Amino acid sequence: MSSVLYDAQGPRAKRRNVLITVVFLAALVAVLWWVYKSLDDKGQLEWAKWEPFTKSESWTTYILPGLKNTLIAAALAMVIALPLGAVFGIARMSDHAWVRIPAGAIVEFFRAIPVLILMIFGLALYSEYTGISSDDRPLYAVVTGLVLYNASVLAEIVRAGILALPKGQTEAAQAIGLRKTQTMTSILLPQAVTAMLPAIVSQLVVIVKDTALGGAVLTFPDMLAAVSPMSSYYGANVIASFTIVALIYIAVNFAITTFASWLERRLRRGKKSTGAVLKADDAAVGGTFGTGAGGANA
Amino acid sequence: MFDFLEGYDLLGAFWVTVQLTLLSAVGSLIWGTMLAAMRVGPVPLMRGFGAAYVNIVRNIPLTVIILFTSLGLNQTLGITLGGGDDFDTINFRLAVLGLILYTSAFVCEAIRAGINTVPVGQAEAARAVGLNFTQVLTLIVLPQAFRAVVGPLANVLIALTKNTTVAAAIGVAEAALLMKEMIENEAQLLLIAAIFAFGFVCLTLPTGLILGWVGKKVAVKR
Repeated sequence: MSSVLYDAQGPRAKRRNVLITVVFLAALVAVLWWVYKSLDDKGQLEWAKWEPFTKSESWTTYILPGLKNTLIAAALAMVIALPLGAVFGIARMSDHAWVRIPAGAIVEFFRAIPVLILMIFGLALYSEYTGISSDDRPLYAVVTGLVLYNASVLAEIVRAGILALPKGQTEAAQAIGLRKTQTMTSILLPQAVTAMLPAIVSQLVVIVKDTALGGAVLTFPDMLAAVSPMSSYYGANVIASFTIVALIYIAVNFAITTFASWLERRLRRGKKSTGAVLKADDAAVGGTFGTGAGGANA
Repeated sequence: MFDFLEGYDLLGAFWVTVQLTLLSAVGSLIWGTMLAAMRVGPVPLMRGFGAAYVNIVRNIPLTVIILFTSLGLNQTLGITLGGGDDFDTINFRLAVLGLILYTSAFVCEAIRAGINTVPVGQAEAARAVGLNFTQVLTLIVLPQAFRAVVGPLANVLIALTKNTTVAAAIGVAEAALLMKEMIENEAQLLLIAAIFAFGFVCLTLPTGLILGWVGKKVAVKR
């Protein structure tokens, strides 16, 4: 095994590696032991604290409805943000300055603001100016915040996807006499969409994670908020419920990430598209931090 | 028009946001670099630990992590991080801890990606001219890796600045919490929202522009 940082190892380096492994393992075990000890001291490992999670009622009354709300909010946000993002992404590449500049300003503006600020504003806005019932308001506010932020991130993904196409595509389309709209809708977009798919799917991870904000601050009944009454009902099993919630989030997001990278591999293998396939990670790490595609959010 | 601002410590709230950002940035840079070192190093156990840490933490919402530091670490296990009895201090430190744990996963990935941009040929050429391991690392590989990392790390810093608002969930008196309070008490909804939006644009936009420019300037052209 050789990398840019180290060479294939000789006998001395191998002995040193074994030593480092042993020391690191000892440190790891010490930390795990400390965690176990402090949990045990507070009685957090007693079966009574974990037992509720083995019963089907607690899943059907608390966890699954919460998970459903989380997924509904994420799906709604994605479905609304995608076309919006496409419109703004294309508008940013317009030949007309009066379209291009406002679109760019809006995208940059919403990328610069925390999602939580957008959600809090959305909640206040709906209670002030609309007749949406107070039960539905948190969902609307969460989706609004997510849409505004993620549409601007998706706009950048769309733009990057279209810019990644070879210039010859546009030139060939113009040569056979297509208009600008026709070039975009029948030549560039279809190819760009396949290239963008992995990055778009990865953005779902960011959206799913951000829905938790609604549960913590806006009283949106997501998974996190739905599990907290279990703590008061079954005794203080805070550690247990956070562990379960975290595991569910990890499972959902891991499934999405796996799907995105499978999609990416598949698209790279296929020769249907001429554009470079945008990496799935650009959005997840994130779309968050990759290649100017936005800010990794909560 | 701005009379209603009296009685609110707007600058104080944004100062807390800045403090959260800077402390977490330093902490996550240190922990993230250590994680990256583990992930690219020759020891399989460390590589495994680094990969597991990053993949687990990246997939948990920051909100869950920050709430856990308060409800789990503090209220259940009694960890105060040396904050004594003062809840504001404790919650501030817990929020910084949560932000560090979360952000370092992204810092690690950014640094690792930076190291991966250095072609293996660079190290091979360096060894071919007779440089030893330390020289290869300090003269050839790391200088190129650091220069590639400025841009991605700037994006992490911007995301971190925005993520500090999540600390509002455990009652740290930063900008988002003050905004929530002001919206509940005052009538000028749009004006309040505009003020806070402007505040965050002021914090994130210059960071992105300056560090983005620096990143482009120092990056190795390939």
